[in-house]
Amino acid sequence: MKEIYITDYNCVTPLGFDVESNWKALLERKSGVALHKVIENHEAFYVSKIDSEKLEIEFKRFFDSAQNDNLTKLEKMFLLSLKPLVERHKISDETAFILSTTKGNISLLKNESTLPEGVYLSNLAQKLADFFGFKTKPIVVSNACVSGVMAISVAKNMIRAGKYKDAFVVAGDEISEFVISGFNSFQAIGSEPCKPYDKNRNGINLGEATAAAYITSTPSENEKFKFKVLGDSAINDANHISGPSRTGDGLFASVQNAMKEANVSAEQIDFISAHGTATLYNDEMEAIAFNRMDLQNVPLNSMKGYYGHCLGASGLLESIISMESALNNTLIPCKNFEEIGVSQDLNIIKENQPKEIKYILKTASGFGGCNAAIVLEKS
Amino acid sequence: MKKTDICKIENSKIIINEQIIFESKTENFSDFAKEAYKTLELNYPKFHKMDNLSKLAFLASEMILKNDDHSNTALVFANKSSSLDTDFKYQESINSQDNYFPSPAVFVYTLPNICVGEISIKHKMQTENAFFVSDEFDEEFLNSYAAQILQSGKAEKVLCGWVELYRESYKAFVYLLTR
Repeated sequence: MKEIYITDYNCVTPLGFDVESNWKALLERKSGVALHKVIENHEAFYVSKIDSEKLEIEFKRFFDSAQNDNLTKLEKMFLLSLKPLVERHKISDETAFILSTTKGNISLLKNESTLPEGVYLSNLAQKLADFFGFKTKPIVVSNACVSGVMAISVAKNMIRAGKYKDAFVVAGDEISEFVISGFNSFQAIGSEPCKPYDKNRNGINLGEATAAAYITSTPSENEKFKFKVLGDSAINDANHISGPSRTGDGLFASVQNAMKEANVSAEQIDFISAHGTATLYNDEMEAIAFNRMDLQNVPLNSMKGYYGHCLGASGLLESIISMESALNNTLIPCKNFEEIGVSQDLNIIKENQPKEIKYILKTASGFGGCNAAIVLEKS
Repeated sequence: MKKTDICKIENSKIIINEQIIFESKTENFSDFAKEAYKTLELNYPKFHKMDNLSKLAFLASEMILKNDDHSNTALVFANKSSSLDTDFKYQESINSQDNYFPSPAVFVYTLPNICVGEISIKHKMQTENAFFVSDEFDEEFLNSYAAQILQSGKAEKVLCGWVELYRESYKAFVYLLTR
């Protein structure tokens, strides 16, 4: 069976417009989360938002002004995260382009009486693909909050299916009135910077980011790093469309399947990059699922305290930060976590600490009862 | 890989393996779905709370899944308009400050994979799920993704489908694949 490797990645977040600046900010425990007014006549929310002026300046450094027209903020974020990868790796007839997003350009819908073309996810994907000259038809994954993790699985599975040799995977979502008002109607938004797994957690902070990865079955000799995608799975809870399963069934089964395919045992997993949205039910469900898999002693974090919940971007962004952790042999703490607030034990990382990391487990869960897990190996 | 049952829904008709099993005069999707639900005696009250995309996906899947055991059947669906039908309705509820009523019951359907969740719940399918968006139905793509799920042993069957709906324009093409 073909081995599949991640050999390059990039990200655009409030903490920086490349991986290096993000990693440096994370080591200093910086967070993108701050109070911002998103909805008119409504109080401010804690969100992790990219400064639009800084983004404009960065965009103009790399793209000429003619390219600036008719691009949304989200599209600029996508282009910026993809550009360095496209420069370093050749696009061929057998290169896939995979986009992961939950809401894409949903902001374009405001006050419109008909659908603007830009809100169709396939149009967004085609626009990005045309920009860089991808030759195959774009693939769009839209599976709520697990999309970013699944995008890696889809790349792996479609390369294995034989149609593609390699893939550029990009994931992104932006902060919008649409999404904020919706999560707020669910009373799911935290009144302070989010505290994953903490006793005093009271909800999520939304965030925005884009992330990109290059995935290939034919890595070259001089790759700076290689992570093998060993296993993946995405199992539904079959329980409730807007709430996680109380028994963690879907997440448990996803992790179990991914580890089985990876042929990796619970003792071998060195680090878990979990979902940890800081809602009462999600974090509790994860604690139950990880305990059922006997993973309660494995060092674990959630990145939501740094980046908020970036929906379709979060799974890929957090996978990238996990790989950066492994390359730097450093575990990053679960920001804002103080005291355990789930009913089962978890080994939540509290300080920066040195650690040799070979096997990473990345998970996510989302609306519709979906869950996803992947196992990565540093090689 | 074998394609066994096929269900098509379009032009106010439900067709299983080339046979029309339900047909209505109404051109309105909501009325069509309600009539089909009654006539086919589906007896699943949660159906009435679903958005139109979920109703379409549910009706098409129900005709194939019936009461068989599907504890090892994966779901791989795709469409063009994602959840834009409900997105549009939700956006209307927040457009105006004077008439600002975001509803969690509507918001939850602003994701295309919710319809897959609804089918999973009905048939207790704790199985592999994926939802893709593309400008047109690409059976070859769905089948090669499904083939990977079957080959890796993650499922025994895969229910694949195109479930497209925006306002009164709809089409479902759902089929079961086995090894």
